[in-house]
Amino acid sequence: MLEANHVILAVSVPPLRALRRPCDLPHRRRLPAEAGTNLRVLPPSAMGIKSDDGAKSAPAVAATTAAAGLPFSLRSVKLKTKQQELLIRVSVLCLVYVLAFAVRLFSVLRYESMIHEFDPYFNYRTTLFLTRHGFYEFWNWFDSESWYPLGRIIGGTLYPGLMVTAAFIYWTLRFLRFAVHIREVCVLTAPFFAANTTLVAYFFGKEIWDSGAGLVAAALIAICPGYISRSVAGSYDNEGVAIFALLFTFFLFVKAVNTGSLAWSLASALGYFYMVSAWGGYVFIINLIPLYVLVLLVTGRYSMRLYVAYNCMYILGMLLAMQIRFVGFQHVQSGEHMAAMGVFFLMQVFYFLDWVKHLLNDPKLFQAFLRITVTCAGSVGALALGIGTASGYISPWTGRFYSLLDPTYAKDHIPIIASVSEHQPTAWSSFMFDFHILLLLFPAGLYFCFKRLSDATIFIVMYGLTSMYFAGVMVRLILVAAPAVCLISAVAISATVKNLTSLVRTKSKVPQTGSAKVTAGTKSAAKAALDQSLPFQKNVAIALLLGAFYLLSRYAIHCTWVTSEAYSSPSIVLAARGAHGGRVIFDDYREAYFWLRQNTPPDAKVMSWWDYGYQITAMGNRTVIVDNNTWNNTHIATVGRAMSSYEDEAYEIMQSLDVDYVLVVFGGVTGYSSDDINKFLWMVRIGGGVFPVIKEPDYLVNGEYRVDKGAAPKMLNCLMYKLCYYRFGELITEYGKPPGYDRARGVEIGNKDVKLEYLEEAFTTSNWIVRIYKVKPPNNRR
Amino acid sequence: MQIDLTSSIIRAYWTLKVENVGPSSASEVLLAFPPTQAKNIALIQASIPEGKRKKKTYVPLSIHPTTLPGTPNDAQLFSISLLNPLKTGETAVLEVLLILTHSLEPFPAEIGQSEPQLVYYRDSAVMLSPYHIKEQITYIKTPSTEVESYSRVDPTNHVGAELRYGRYDDHPPYSFSPILVHFENNNPFAVVEELTRVVEVSHWGSLQVTEHYKLVHAGARHKGIFSRLEYQSRAAVGGMSSFRHLLAILPPRVHSVYYRDEIGNISTSHLRGDSQKSELQIEPRYPLFGGWKSTFVIGYGLPLKDFLFEASDGRRYLNFSFGCPLMETVVDKLVIKVVLPEGSKNPSAAVTFPIAQKLETSFSYLDIVGRPTVVLEKENVVPEHNTFFQVYYSFSPVFMLAEPLMLAVAFFLFFIACIAYLHVDLSIRKS
Repeated sequence: MLEANHVILAVSVPPLRALRRPCDLPHRRRLPAEAGTNLRVLPPSAMGIKSDDGAKSAPAVAATTAAAGLPFSLRSVKLKTKQQELLIRVSVLCLVYVLAFAVRLFSVLRYESMIHEFDPYFNYRTTLFLTRHGFYEFWNWFDSESWYPLGRIIGGTLYPGLMVTAAFIYWTLRFLRFAVHIREVCVLTAPFFAANTTLVAYFFGKEIWDSGAGLVAAALIAICPGYISRSVAGSYDNEGVAIFALLFTFFLFVKAVNTGSLAWSLASALGYFYMVSAWGGYVFIINLIPLYVLVLLVTGRYSMRLYVAYNCMYILGMLLAMQIRFVGFQHVQSGEHMAAMGVFFLMQVFYFLDWVKHLLNDPKLFQAFLRITVTCAGSVGALALGIGTASGYISPWTGRFYSLLDPTYAKDHIPIIASVSEHQPTAWSSFMFDFHILLLLFPAGLYFCFKRLSDATIFIVMYGLTSMYFAGVMVRLILVAAPAVCLISAVAISATVKNLTSLVRTKSKVPQTGSAKVTAGTKSAAKAALDQSLPFQKNVAIALLLGAFYLLSRYAIHCTWVTSEAYSSPSIVLAARGAHGGRVIFDDYREAYFWLRQNTPPDAKVMSWWDYGYQITAMGNRTVIVDNNTWNNTHIATVGRAMSSYEDEAYEIMQSLDVDYVLVVFGGVTGYSSDDINKFLWMVRIGGGVFPVIKEPDYLVNGEYRVDKGAAPKMLNCLMYKLCYYRFGELITEYGKPPGYDRARGVEIGNKDVKLEYLEEAFTTSNWIVRIYKVKPPNNRR
Repeated sequence: MQIDLTSSIIRAYWTLKVENVGPSSASEVLLAFPPTQAKNIALIQASIPEGKRKKKTYVPLSIHPTTLPGTPNDAQLFSISLLNPLKTGETAVLEVLLILTHSLEPFPAEIGQSEPQLVYYRDSAVMLSPYHIKEQITYIKTPSTEVESYSRVDPTNHVGAELRYGRYDDHPPYSFSPILVHFENNNPFAVVEELTRVVEVSHWGSLQVTEHYKLVHAGARHKGIFSRLEYQSRAAVGGMSSFRHLLAILPPRVHSVYYRDEIGNISTSHLRGDSQKSELQIEPRYPLFGGWKSTFVIGYGLPLKDFLFEASDGRRYLNFSFGCPLMETVVDKLVIKVVLPEGSKNPSAAVTFPIAQKLETSFSYLDIVGRPTVVLEKENVVPEHNTFFQVYYSFSPVFMLAEPLMLAVAFFLFFIACIAYLHVDLSIRKS
């Protein structure tokens, strides 16, 4: 009996690469890893063996299975155990699927079904446009409500994947007679795709390790905070669907490499197309996959399967990606995409050499030929790249790409990228916060992957290592690393738990292990036998298992806590604890935007710092000067200059931009720290980057940024200061403090007597967070 | 004659003592209004008091607009049909309630944040009438003692918050002596420009009401700056003419109330309820000053058994209140849509006052043929219109099962498809 068990265990874990060949697949399917266990439990009579071999005893049957392949009689038995295993697997997956969706609904429960943050408002607005006007109108949409007076061609400057997906879901539901509102669809798109990602993670895990690892990966990624941070309900951003697309593309590509099937590589090309349509992060795919192929070539793992998979995926993926207007011909014209093309040509050279090697049987001749060919190919490639770059046909790497490779680049050269908090280098704490135990399991998983190297594990190792590096460069890229970290950690957990459980299980049957070793003669069985000689082995294994489950449960608790406390805030509605412990809601943003929407002329132009641009156009429905798209640095710098100039100079700038209203965000009354005064130095820097009139030292005192009496005179009289602190000097914000006490910065302000000449207060929200000023018309000439 | 100017809605109570001095008996009494006033009439009701003192009851009389040749200056006539024709020499006492909207003109038309809102009221000291008026007294009640000016048509008297015109004796028909009262009125001039109420009937036991409001402050326009500091620190003066709260009276046992607008939930609302009514106090996102607008949606669910009844002929009828649940609010255009369940037939509405009706089809969850929808439209609606109306329709309970069955069949087909997929081998090459 036990013998059979060991045999089957041994057979089920041969080196993976051998199994993945197409011819091996059907065979493998009949041998589930857990089959042995079930076989042992069920008495032969209970299995309903019905054919002519039915009288055989179970050990004999199992032994035959291992030794001589599957006799027909056993198929029904196998099916039965397979069904049980399938049932458990499917129900676990379903639960994980539901969990992934449900855990992301904290934000809806805590607040309401609403769109979060900044960028999602743009996505929501465009989706609304798409559902109202149809796809062609959307594609040709020129938006005159943003970047006044320049406007923005929406269709050509966005990744439409998210909007089209949401609109498609919306139309489908409408077709099925579900009277949902598009807002609900948008709010729930990210959780829906996160749930789908768990399925992909399962299949991916199954592909690189086994179905156990797949299940663990699905469960880990379902609640991984690094992923949840960008996919809670309401976080309607590109990343929400893009991570799904990213993982799906990778999975399909690995599948294509493992099978060498054209169908899978076509599917991965389509997955890549979806990814390109959804997020700019597709550049990661188009660089990682060539890198992976290169590594396989270098390590001598070149195969026909790889050749088919990569060529088909690259060519079709490239052609498909060109259909996205925002991407256009970048695949052949931009420096960031050249690696893929280079590897494509390299593959052809490799194939050619292989063919020549096949024809020439003389190794010496081949060596000479190899040298010539490689030299020629290398020089032609370098020449082509050189000419392309020199003639300007191939654009050089962009600043964003540089800033990814070099964390200090943005700080020195592109203040607009460095000013965004999500582009800052990652702190250790946020790694811990977002990954928790996965951070410890990641190296362990890498160890297991290296121990059982295959094409698939090499891929996941490379994905893990590169994405970890990028996660260290930019906070937001933790998101890209999350799936890899989850998969690798899942390998660690699955392998460890499996080893431990097999130890626990086999311990009671010590006397028989010897025969198992002899019969199986494989590495794992030998190792198991070796381990059994250790003392207290079972107890240690149990203790370790309990420890693993304790860690995993801590992980689950941590994830739930992080999700509910940190990642479910919409950031547009602020919540705080009141004096009596009750929840106080500051809904000032929407108050101001709704006021703009209702009580200003429909063609009014609103000037604000670019952070609020998307929200003003989406919620306030008014034209803005700059918004979060940040495509025109000069325009943003103009606004920065206006904010940091004296009122009369600013008035001229505002007149030239036809500004009717100016909106500032001010946290001095409530103690809300991410307000415009705290962002002001970036306005000065960005403004000064284009207009040298603005000098950062003018606003600082001894290199210190202050707003109290000791502040620089230019600071105390610039437009931003005046707008924020207008009439603030008369207000008592905190008991026992002088009037004009700024609670966000904890100081009494330096200029309490702010007089406005060219602007007048139009509206201030109930907690003073948003203040809107009207630009007065010019005085009559005397 | 008493004219109540204390809110933004003007209510005039007329007590008429009419005498038939003509040769034949009269069955109708005519009332005349100048055209400027006639277009603002929201409601006019006439009744005849019966009984004495404490046992007094009012019998409503029918009243309808009419025209008469020879009416000077386009005066609009309304005719009251009496219960019993009035014989020569007989007298009768009639009570008339007249409700006017949009008849207070703010002057100055634009005011600053802390200024009080002053309005004009124009009328005639002597009632416009096709009949000879023997004697008349008019009392005008203002919200406060702050009366800026008023026209004098002797004898005129101003005591406290009340103006008294008259008594005037013996005026010929269609005499008119214009008066102008200029006084302070800081009451909320809340006007709902358009209100759409959607009442969805579900035979599974609930009534879902959704009300879309387009609210505007129709008083003197806000001019210049809005200072939050002024508004917060001196609440009494800082925004005298503005309003912050609105009170909606909803039916009792209301549940799942929400209050939101295009950009999300508005968290400032309170619900209180007792067995008689539920009070919903709502606060727009910002205080409304003159000319400022706000749009919002209120929705709530109600138990169906309170509103749906079976008529004697087997049909069902919905008994629901017309008008706007907000207190002291004028609705310029009110649209009520009663969405009946799918499969209802022959809907018809019964309303006590003239109204525009039409039928529509609307679609909701899992609808195939659509739900018959009765649309009622009325302009210039005041709180006095909050009476019940009925929508009759016939419905067979079998239709209730249609949608659950549809879902069940869909799932069944899905599982069948799954089973079929698992059992059919579609591969070309047999392995």
